[in-house]
Amino acid sequence: MTDSPPRSVARLAIGLARGDYSSVELTRHYLERIAARDPQLNSFITVCAEQALAQAAAADARRAAGRAGPLTGIPYANKDIFCTRGVRTSCASRMLDNFVAPYDATAVERLHEAGLVMLGKTNMDEFAMGSSNESSYYGPVANPWDLTRVPGGSSGGSAAAVAAGLAPIATGTDTGGSIRQPAAFCGVSGIKPTYGRVSRYGMIAFASSLDQGGPMGVSAEDLALLLNVMASFDPRDSTSIDRPDEDFTRLLAAPVAGLRIGLPHEYFDQHLDAGIRHCVEQAIKELAARGAVIRDIALPHVSLAIPAYYVIAPAECSSNLSRYDGARFGYRCTDPIDLNDLYCRSRGEGFGAEVKRRILIGTYVLSSGYYDAYYRKAQQIRRMISDDFRCAFENVDVIVGPTTPTVAYHTGAHNKEPVTMYLGDIYTTAANLAGLPSMSIPAGFVDGLPIGLQLTANHFDEARLLGLAHRYQCESDWHLRTPPGFN
Amino acid sequence: MAISNDEVRAMAKLARLAIEPDDIPDYAEQLSAILAFVARMDETDTSAVEPLAHPLDLTARLRSDLVSEGNQRELFQSLAPEVERGLYLVPKVIE
Repeated sequence: MTDSPPRSVARLAIGLARGDYSSVELTRHYLERIAARDPQLNSFITVCAEQALAQAAAADARRAAGRAGPLTGIPYANKDIFCTRGVRTSCASRMLDNFVAPYDATAVERLHEAGLVMLGKTNMDEFAMGSSNESSYYGPVANPWDLTRVPGGSSGGSAAAVAAGLAPIATGTDTGGSIRQPAAFCGVSGIKPTYGRVSRYGMIAFASSLDQGGPMGVSAEDLALLLNVMASFDPRDSTSIDRPDEDFTRLLAAPVAGLRIGLPHEYFDQHLDAGIRHCVEQAIKELAARGAVIRDIALPHVSLAIPAYYVIAPAECSSNLSRYDGARFGYRCTDPIDLNDLYCRSRGEGFGAEVKRRILIGTYVLSSGYYDAYYRKAQQIRRMISDDFRCAFENVDVIVGPTTPTVAYHTGAHNKEPVTMYLGDIYTTAANLAGLPSMSIPAGFVDGLPIGLQLTANHFDEARLLGLAHRYQCESDWHLRTPPGFN
Repeated sequence: MAISNDEVRAMAKLARLAIEPDDIPDYAEQLSAILAFVARMDETDTSAVEPLAHPLDLTARLRSDLVSEGNQRELFQSLAPEVERGLYLVPKVIE
């Protein structure tokens, strides 16, 4: 291809349908860009050039045969937490450095059945535990807007790759903000759907009652298109929601006028950076100018979301990660003296510091004598937070606020203080605890760094959320800005 | 709620996690900080609140007890560190 392709998937799909370029040409463009630019970012753990070109050729053949779907031939990147048959699935851990998944995750299977082309597997925090992408066994990812800063996490590789134009769209997962926070830090759009929308089958488990996969891309319209493919009822996931498939693009043209938008004063607290507050207030003014009804609301227990989250998530993590034992797959230590030594050293050497911290905390809060004080207490708080949202959604359709309290920080800034980093999740974890759909879209810049506007809706109301975000993006161009070094 | 070095060792043992002795004080300090932070939950009375385990308050779906997948032992064992005659090998447990 001589010219750069359009950034959005919606436009790329039009170009493919029109024959402006083939999927092979498009795929080659992104593979070349990854080869040339990713050494600066480290956003990919594995690039699948050969497989991608074969998938692209198959997509072109399918189009020639008149059997192309809406996204056939569109290249994309997969967070390295989704199992991909025949391709290493590392979860950014030494533990799975040698793990070639024997099957595809349901979400991946659906993407490939739709004819999308997988460019590779993106970098992330180890086992999705982190908010800065610094805990990866394969090294940190740089933020394309400022290479000395973090891209956010845990889906930092996907966010950086989309922001830098190395992939038009990518998958992510969100347990406490892992799609929304990196989307905000990198100036891209991302949605965490309702818990149970996207199958968790083949999505490596971190905290099973919170984990949810979703798309990360340039625009809300692109997210809706990819979510149409990713979301489905899956009998292989016992927590998959059994509802008929729906078209997430159906409300993209819905008017903003009359929509009731709630502003929780708890999200505009002393932790919020003044520049971000200004951008968010500006966005809210623009929505009000288009006829949205703005209402103040209260989420009285939301300040307890992070404490509850940092009990529930480590508890579930310590249980889920007990499967890595050095016996059946993954890393095994050398010369174990006995079975216990094999377990302990394989896990001690295979996991990084943040994962070990969370396993230890999880083990502690679930241990005899502490269960009621920590785990049960956190689940009670979880219900109070969920009830707060239920009350709020009796009076509003969408809750709006900032995605993060600060812009992307410098690499290494929070290495020694996990709790300080955890506080960066202050506005995002509540949606996971309550299982609500929530998204982040670009809404301005502070000191040259992008900031995110967070939109949260009631269960199963993704279409409305995407519609509001799309209307906002029709009248703004924040989402179309590109990092200066990556035009 | 401060966690002692001994408690870190006890948790590491329960979690089957080898930890370098030099790292134990760091873990004790960090885990104590995390627990002090989550202790903010105690300021709220939750005595009348039913715990929420599933975000949509649903229970896991059941299915009929039927064979749904074929045996893929060779494929799965191709990922194992050590196998012999279809068995996963680990260090000897019984003399």
